[in-house]
Amino acid sequence: MSRLKPQKEYEKTGAFHFFRWLSGSKDPYVGEIEMQPQKEAEIQETTILERMKESEMVRDKVYDVENNKVLKLFHKVYVVAAILFCVVLVGLLLYTVSYLPRIGNSANPDNNIVSERYIEQGLQETGALNIVSGMILTYRAFDTFGETNVLFIATCCVMILLMVDDVILKKQRIRNDRRFEPKNDGILQGTVFVLCPIIFIFGIYIILNGHLSPGGGFSGGAIIGAGLMLYTSAYGFEKTQRFFDEHIYKIAKITALCMYGIIGSYFYITGANGIENHIPLGTPGHILSSGIILPINICVGLEVACTMYAFYALFRRGGL
Amino acid sequence: MDFVQNFPAVSILLCLFGGIISSGLRGKTARYVNRGLLLVVTFLSLCTLCYTLESGEAFVYVMGKFPAPWGNEIRAGMLEAFMAFFFCIIMLLSLEGGKKKLVEEVEEEKVFLYYVLIDLLLASLLALVYTNDLFTAYVFVEINTIAACGLIMIRQNGRTIEAAARYMIMSLLGSGLLLLGICMLYDLTGHLLMSNIKDQAAMLYASGQYRIPLLVTIALMSVGLAIKSALFPFHAWLPDAYGYSTVSSAAILSSLVSKGYIFLLIKIIYRVIGFEVFYDSRIIDVLFAFGLMGMIFGSVSAIRENDVRRMIAFSSVAQIGYIYMGIGMGTQAGMAASVFHILSHAATKSLLFIAAIGLTDVSGGSRKFIDLTGGAYRNKWAGVAFTVGSLSMVGVPLFSGFISKLLFAQAAVQNGTKMLPALIVLGISTVLNAIYFMKTVIRIYTPVEDSAYESVTFKNMKLYGLTLICFIVLNVFLGVSSQPIVDLIERGLTVFS
Repeated sequence: MSRLKPQKEYEKTGAFHFFRWLSGSKDPYVGEIEMQPQKEAEIQETTILERMKESEMVRDKVYDVENNKVLKLFHKVYVVAAILFCVVLVGLLLYTVSYLPRIGNSANPDNNIVSERYIEQGLQETGALNIVSGMILTYRAFDTFGETNVLFIATCCVMILLMVDDVILKKQRIRNDRRFEPKNDGILQGTVFVLCPIIFIFGIYIILNGHLSPGGGFSGGAIIGAGLMLYTSAYGFEKTQRFFDEHIYKIAKITALCMYGIIGSYFYITGANGIENHIPLGTPGHILSSGIILPINICVGLEVACTMYAFYALFRRGGL
Repeated sequence: MDFVQNFPAVSILLCLFGGIISSGLRGKTARYVNRGLLLVVTFLSLCTLCYTLESGEAFVYVMGKFPAPWGNEIRAGMLEAFMAFFFCIIMLLSLEGGKKKLVEEVEEEKVFLYYVLIDLLLASLLALVYTNDLFTAYVFVEINTIAACGLIMIRQNGRTIEAAARYMIMSLLGSGLLLLGICMLYDLTGHLLMSNIKDQAAMLYASGQYRIPLLVTIALMSVGLAIKSALFPFHAWLPDAYGYSTVSSAAILSSLVSKGYIFLLIKIIYRVIGFEVFYDSRIIDVLFAFGLMGMIFGSVSAIRENDVRRMIAFSSVAQIGYIYMGIGMGTQAGMAASVFHILSHAATKSLLFIAAIGLTDVSGGSRKFIDLTGGAYRNKWAGVAFTVGSLSMVGVPLFSGFISKLLFAQAAVQNGTKMLPALIVLGISTVLNAIYFMKTVIRIYTPVEDSAYESVTFKNMKLYGLTLICFIVLNVFLGVSSQPIVDLIERGLTVFS
């Protein structure tokens, strides 16, 4: 059997590398990826002493469980009381549940005019095939605006707790990226290279089709946020910051929330004053339809994605 | 529809917008935004108050083009508008009084987050006051809880982090119970809108259907809100949270956040369950009993405390006990007394916190009583303000606390069975209040020879002094010309149901 290609050209093809890898003569990861095992966390003697001193201080000053008899008794009583309380509460709630209306009974009180209108007229009034989206983003848009603000304020609180100075962040840059995984992990990077675009597109698809199929801003945003996390854990913060740093995070978050607020306010105030709002409902089933639902879904999706990523980054290194 | 009717909704939305925009600003700009917002919302609430007083009834504002029970709805009567107005004023004064401390105690690059939290907290308070929908109330209860946690832990030392964790656990337990209650109520009535639930609940009650679930629902919601507003056995989170957080936070938490929940409870009693149903459920007696216990045990803990901030915090437990005692009496007069005490306690407690910080500042930052000796001579205005606050808390005529105690006593006399325990405990509690507040006042007015600490004059703290003066004026105003306010509360409560 004669080779069609000369040896030198053959060495450049994938087949050559594949067979070499198969026969075990070359490991493609050697030299490419850091193979060193994770270092054990080094604890210096001074840190140990400091910690011991601190814990002693806590024991002496705050929780002197050993010597304080009242506290000791309290801790015993506390355990018993907590267990008793939980058992009683569980029993009480189970007992109550047995008296609640049976699920699925057509005569239940919650099968009333409210759900009837949502189901029967939801399509004409909101233009959304997905009744749930129509309900939370049109009928009860104010609640959902509040719910989006809950996410926003949760990130603010995590920032208060975990955000560190820029100086420390710069000093620990390398450590932050390489603390828990080796740099340039080829398997992870290869997988992410294939998966991330799909994840992002899938997230965007879910957001944009929130009014047509199950999904919407919250679920789609969570998927995009997960994609961002995956990308960061594979390629490190430095590469992520090329397209998503603190500045862009702030712009995206504020724009999304403000857009939601503006659309929402327009909708509430015109609706309450009996003024015709000029938001076309479109043809149900089309991608550009259902009035305020689509833009609000996009805003909610952006906010949720930002929140998810911000949580991840803040917990991992204390900054975006 | 009149133009003024837009104002409640607009003020909630403005606060939300303010919070969102502040998250992109620097600390100082965020502060200006916050102050502007507070002034605007105060003005809007005042307009709403005048409008409702003139029309004499409440109005409903549909959020969106779908009417309730399908869409969201808010409702403003004179009591709601007055509460919103009053909350804004207290918040403004508390923030101005604690501004200097805020700069010292909060990292500079995190100050803007403080104002984000304050803006959203104000939005949630307004929403709790105005909402006519149980689920909207729950959503804003969540915002309120998270914002309060942030306000506690923004001053970062070990104690505040622990206090915030404790607050969060207790408060989330409360929210969880409230949510369980709302879910069950939805299952029983099929509505989330307050007025519809009330009709359905009255029907269920009359027919005797689902009696046990209804009772458990009422209990869950009451207990949930009681935990969040630190009624006596659930107050474990309170002293640390109020005692160690930065002073504006402490003032806002004690005078506004817990009061927002109590107002929601009053709203649930009147507008969701219905006063008669709630009264017959006997949960009200439990609230009454815990209120009485809180009045005594809160004061006893305050007497044993050696830290002035924590003492004031424990005094809040006692005052919350007063409010629940009034609710627990089950009469219109008791409820009116409770609402008045919400106002009077809000005005007094924030004054005490702000004044105490002035005293500790001139005592080397120590909060121990021994170091505070003669503090009132070193910072005269803070001393006077603290004395006014103490006298008001004890219930001396001319100050707001006297009127609320008088109203409580009047309400107790009208109530047959609960008269004796209420009056006895009111008397004991007043004496206990006097013990720990007068002890502090005597302590700060005890002269010391050549003190090691510096004195502060009015020139060095103009803004702080002005805030204290405003607080004192507010207190005396509530105490001297209380009749119009009591009338307003009584009218408001009638319109409420």
